[in-house]
Amino acid sequence: MPGLQDASSQDSGTYNYAYLDEQTKRMIRRAILKAVAVPGYQVPFGGREMPLPYGWGTGGIQVTAAIIGRDDILKVIDQGADDTTNAVSIRRFFAKVAGVATTTRTEVATVIQTRHRVPETPLKEGQILVLQVPIPEPLRMLEPRETETRTLHALSEYGVMQVSLYENIARYGRISKAYNYPVLVNGRYMMSPSPIPKFDNPKLDRNPALQLYGAGREKRIYAVPPHTPVKSLDFDDHPFEIEAWSECCALCGSKQSFLDEMIVDDNGKRLFICSDTDYCQERQQTRQKGES
Amino acid sequence: MTALPILSARSVTKHFGSRVACRGVNFDLWPGEVLGIVGESGSGKTTLLNCLAGRLLPDEGSVTYGTASMGAVDVHSLSEARRRRLARTEWGFVNQDARDGLRMAVSAGGNIGERLMAVGARNYGAIRRTASDWLSRVEIDLDRLDDQPLTYSGGMRQRLQIARNLVSNPRLVFMDEPTGGLDVSVQARILDLLRGLVDRMHLSAVLVTHDLGVARLLTHRLMVMQGGAVVEHGLTDQVLDDPQHAYTQMLVASILPV
Amino acid sequence: MYVAVKGGETAIANSLELLADKRRGSRDVAELSLEQIDQQLSLAVDRVMTEGSCYDRALAALAIKQARGDLIEAIFLLRAYRTTLPRFGDSRPLDSTRMVVERRISSTFKDVPGGQVLGPTYDYTHRLLDFSLAAAGERPDAPAAPVDAAQVMPRVGDILERESLLEPPPAQSDDRAEDITRAPLTLPASRPARLQNLARGDEGFLLALGYSTQRGYGNNHPFVGEIRYGHVPIAFVPEELDFEIEIAEIDVTECDMVNQFAGSHNVPPQFTRGYGLAFGHAERKAMAVALVDRALRAGELSEAVSSPAQDEEFVLSHSDNVEASGFVQHLKLPHYVDFQSELVVLRTLRAEVDERNRRAALDRAAE
Repeated sequence: MPGLQDASSQDSGTYNYAYLDEQTKRMIRRAILKAVAVPGYQVPFGGREMPLPYGWGTGGIQVTAAIIGRDDILKVIDQGADDTTNAVSIRRFFAKVAGVATTTRTEVATVIQTRHRVPETPLKEGQILVLQVPIPEPLRMLEPRETETRTLHALSEYGVMQVSLYENIARYGRISKAYNYPVLVNGRYMMSPSPIPKFDNPKLDRNPALQLYGAGREKRIYAVPPHTPVKSLDFDDHPFEIEAWSECCALCGSKQSFLDEMIVDDNGKRLFICSDTDYCQERQQTRQKGES
Repeated sequence: MTALPILSARSVTKHFGSRVACRGVNFDLWPGEVLGIVGESGSGKTTLLNCLAGRLLPDEGSVTYGTASMGAVDVHSLSEARRRRLARTEWGFVNQDARDGLRMAVSAGGNIGERLMAVGARNYGAIRRTASDWLSRVEIDLDRLDDQPLTYSGGMRQRLQIARNLVSNPRLVFMDEPTGGLDVSVQARILDLLRGLVDRMHLSAVLVTHDLGVARLLTHRLMVMQGGAVVEHGLTDQVLDDPQHAYTQMLVASILPV
Repeated sequence: MYVAVKGGETAIANSLELLADKRRGSRDVAELSLEQIDQQLSLAVDRVMTEGSCYDRALAALAIKQARGDLIEAIFLLRAYRTTLPRFGDSRPLDSTRMVVERRISSTFKDVPGGQVLGPTYDYTHRLLDFSLAAAGERPDAPAAPVDAAQVMPRVGDILERESLLEPPPAQSDDRAEDITRAPLTLPASRPARLQNLARGDEGFLLALGYSTQRGYGNNHPFVGEIRYGHVPIAFVPEELDFEIEIAEIDVTECDMVNQFAGSHNVPPQFTRGYGLAFGHAERKAMAVALVDRALRAGELSEAVSSPAQDEEFVLSHSDNVEASGFVQHLKLPHYVDFQSELVVLRTLRAEVDERNRRAALDRAAE
């Protein structure tokens, strides 16, 4: 068609910094500020249609795009690994639209965008963890209606979740929730920590870094400011506990980290390896140094 | 503190479009009393009950609840938060169909324990023990504690609904045809159970029923409703043995002698 | 020795090249042009514009070409592009009485002022595959009736409304239009937000819901008061000018449903309305939107809310096919960490069951 031109800022090399226009970034930052002011409360925001599909991290991407600057160093992980395809794709996106330095080293990153894991390496003050969230509402599977869950949060009526944990114990003898384990933030709002394994829940408690949670499809942002109490729900006589493995990492020997199970041959032989690739690599290098 | 009625109604009136469901209802309910509201279907008794329990907003008039230590409060001026809390703690509401008052996909233990967990109970063992205790008080086999009400008979569901309401030791219970729709023999046992519980727990209650036998067994005082208005009001035995109003006379006369 | 496979970057790069190759298909076959798509697959272009919320035939055609005919993918492309477009302001509301009509029908009256104009429609075709289309061939031009641009075609709805037989359209609360692509949808939704959501909603989903109302899941006795298709001018008032100018003409399809009458003690009974609008020629879509719009007014009209089409939260939360496609397909992303968590729990529970059975067996043996 004659004269069909690209009137947007896509692909012509003339993006606004970090892809989103300034109005949109301002709108997202206002939502972030509200979220930080009310820890664990889901702030609705005018999420935009992004070039990645809903479900691929558009919420996390919008949060990162709103806060990232030229001096930042960005790390992106998915399932704890820097080299899974979606982490690679998101990292490339920001390298392109924000010209920002990227890294695989948790220690060195200023902004870490993650899907389904919290890094094993303890975070420091000044770092920001951006978590990708599919379903921000922790009560959603118990109460499908948004109009009702909004009221439950406003009135602090969380009995229905406690009942569901009771049911777990009655049926299985123990709480069987393995990931997306509900937490109470700052003693007030119940929050979904995103589908991280419950293994990672303790890392959220009083973490010195800022935690930002972005749900693009559902259009909600929430936050946990640094040093905020985050408590996983349980019963006094069935306290919260995390996963444990009898094996250790086949590459670095760690007994402390979350392990991925790899099936390595047709007979079902298994190997266990750290899910956090950076953590594992650091440990391997330290071991080598120690041995040499 | 001077004694307060536990529940008062003044000129409670409610219409739906052009139809008047209930009109100008007045009464005082005192602690330990059970008030019955009888009438045929369409008489307005369920609408009145819902207005009293804060579920429907009357178009005119007021409903006042006498709290244990903070005087009288207007039920419809309470914040939603307070009203919901009241409904979970000091009040009970037994629905005619137990499915409306239970979580059908939650175990009996979970159903009974919910009110406890809603106000902060966090010991699984203790919650379970209390739930078991209540299960036997409503005469359900303990080995049904982990079963869902989906697997219960109608009579068992109703007993479970009663337990779920009474576990928080409420002061005031609203009941809408609590034995309606159940087998006659099942009804009799549940009525017995209710009478015993009301007595032992010194409950106050407002009970809606079309069945004068139920009224006779459970209530101290009776209001007879016809077409939205209270046509007669007095001690149950007096109203049933010596009805004054023509409508009440007709109702009483139509009971088959057993 | 196990070595973790790296190479996500390379895999992606190769995948994109392979995709581009597939998109082009056999090099022996002529490449599709955007004009061909716009002209000869025009209804696909109409749908992509409507659900992409962006009226531009060339862009929609490009999206369809890039998406290899997958219309949901094309809608996604167009919407992502739309996000980055600068905005100048809001137009005046479209005035469909100023439409130059190509087709206009009403099923409520045999004849109406302005007439029943059949126009181009599949409605009376016999669905027999036309093999002459397999070969290129020239078609003679269709005979054209003279267009009377001055002819006024009053809306059937306005005629009924004048006699108070049909409720007036709900009053607009203020002049500023809501925009659900800029602010999140809040429930309960206002009517403008609801109609926007439905207009952008997946045609198949809304069609099924509309159909369900006709089969008894919240029936509201619909009649097509009017369907009109044609082009309408877009009027805009630039800040500097303070008067209206026409900036474009677009094709739209508008559907007014006349539904079950309602009334109350104070209001005498009147027919009620459902409304649907779509870009281009899209009667099925506009009708489905109108049916669902009316179904979602059940609460407002004091009707019992009992079926899926009347459940506002259910309908509006699931109508967006780009959201739906994203979330459904995201299940393909790695979820092995959560799966691992579940495996650990499952193994623990099974071990506990085994242990209990073992002990029970020992107890029985001991008796």
